[in-house]
Amino acid sequence: MDDMTKMTFEDAMTELETIVRQLEEGKSRLEDSIALYERGVALRKHCETRLREARLRVEKIALGENGQPIGTQPLDGVEES
Amino acid sequence: MTQLPENPALFEGPPALSVSELSRQLRQVVEQSFRQVRVRGEISQPKLASSGHFYLRLKDSEAVIDAVCWKKVAAALPVRPEEGLEVICTGRLTTYAGRSSYQIVIDSMEVAGQGALLKLIEERRKRLAAEGLFDEERKKPLPFLPNVIGVVSSPTGAVIRDILHRLADRCPRHVLLWPVLVQGEHAAIQIATAIRGFNALSPHGDIPRPDLIIVARGGGSLEDLMAFNEESVVRAAAASAIPLISAIGHETDTTLIDFAADRRAPTPTAAAEMAVPVMVDLAAHLTDNGARMARALHKTFSFSATRITDLSRSLSSPTTAIATFARRCDDAGARLQMALKNGMDRQRSSTHALALRLPDMLPRIIQAKTSLALPARRLDPAMTRIGEQAQQRLTLAASLLEGYSPQHVLRRGYAMVSATSGEILTSASDAAAAPRMTLTFADGRIDVQPLKDRKRESGKPVESQQGILF
Repeated sequence: MDDMTKMTFEDAMTELETIVRQLEEGKSRLEDSIALYERGVALRKHCETRLREARLRVEKIALGENGQPIGTQPLDGVEES
Repeated sequence: MTQLPENPALFEGPPALSVSELSRQLRQVVEQSFRQVRVRGEISQPKLASSGHFYLRLKDSEAVIDAVCWKKVAAALPVRPEEGLEVICTGRLTTYAGRSSYQIVIDSMEVAGQGALLKLIEERRKRLAAEGLFDEERKKPLPFLPNVIGVVSSPTGAVIRDILHRLADRCPRHVLLWPVLVQGEHAAIQIATAIRGFNALSPHGDIPRPDLIIVARGGGSLEDLMAFNEESVVRAAAASAIPLISAIGHETDTTLIDFAADRRAPTPTAAAEMAVPVMVDLAAHLTDNGARMARALHKTFSFSATRITDLSRSLSSPTTAIATFARRCDDAGARLQMALKNGMDRQRSSTHALALRLPDMLPRIIQAKTSLALPARRLDPAMTRIGEQAQQRLTLAASLLEGYSPQHVLRRGYAMVSATSGEILTSASDAAAAPRMTLTFADGRIDVQPLKDRKRESGKPVESQQGILF
């Protein structure tokens, strides 16, 4: 399941939808169905975690003398909502 | 000799002026005469010096005049001076003694009507389009749910606030703002640098690299939005490896960066809507998929369970199965023993039955004989009677036959004439032709010969002959 942490939300959700369709078709063998279901549950959890983590974080790029970005700093005035 | 430079003509002979003196006098005349002028012309050879001053020329079809924009004024110009752009400049004239030239020092510059600016933009658009910068194949799809959104815009003002509000409403994200001027001389350079800068960030660096860029600015005049028509900005947007949404001005404003962007949003708020899906919808979709998945698995399970129950019902236990076989085996053994005996008994008894039935045959034979004798007895008189009847019918028929016989006719006095060949002769001419004939009577026959000469003398020899014959 390590591979999943790197998965994008969209990829995870697309796979979840595919699994749901496969299960609903009911053509898989029982063992496969259980494995699919477990994978689906993990994918769902991954997606939900991603969503729960979502919060607005606003930063401003700080530019150095030469105009190159040297870091970030909070954006005054508009950061929280 | 009083010096009256204002009126040198009063002196006899022109005074010998130094070049500097002449230049100074010229300068005075020019500067005093043209303290403030408005001149309309086309920009030619614009050049930004490293000092920040801007040098250019203004020209029309017949004349040209040098112009300069000092650093401070240049930075505040509403439009970046472009080759060929028709402008109206306000300023004063001065001379440059070191080069024997005069020039206009520009205090302000305006575009000579929007038509001039639009023409410039349109020509640039065509040129860049011909390069393929706006081709559809270059457009990249936006990420479904970006983790980091880079915004290139002014850090102050409503635009960034609108974007952040809408992102917070839909799906909060990590937003990195790259602050830039959005109008004025330096705007274009900063915007292009910001787009390139976001792309240059390392995915694993301290500053997270955005997976989506929004370039945004609020509404303004055509001149205000000119930075987004700058070639350097358009090229930077087209070259961005990170998908880019442009959101410049209001819905009716179109700038060249819109053509180069992967998506064009009519407003900054709309850009935020394009950037992220609605989180509540995603959560609901996830919950729905989870439920469907559980239902589907449950269905698979219950289907399997039902099948197992069905199958186990039809599958008997091992002992039961063996007992069935054992009983069948015992039965077969017992039946084997009995079979021989029974078979013999059955044969014996059928023989016996036949033997018992044998005596019954005698009376049946006797009865058959008796039943045969009775019709035989009745047969004899019947046959006699049939014989008598036949005899009578025969006699009758014989007498009738007798009546029809030629013999019987002959007995009544007729005779039958026939040729020697046996053929019956029934006409006189036939008889006359025959050499010899036979007359048959009832009691016998005689041969006769017709008379030759009688035949010659009479027309009716047969009649006469007949008369003789009978």
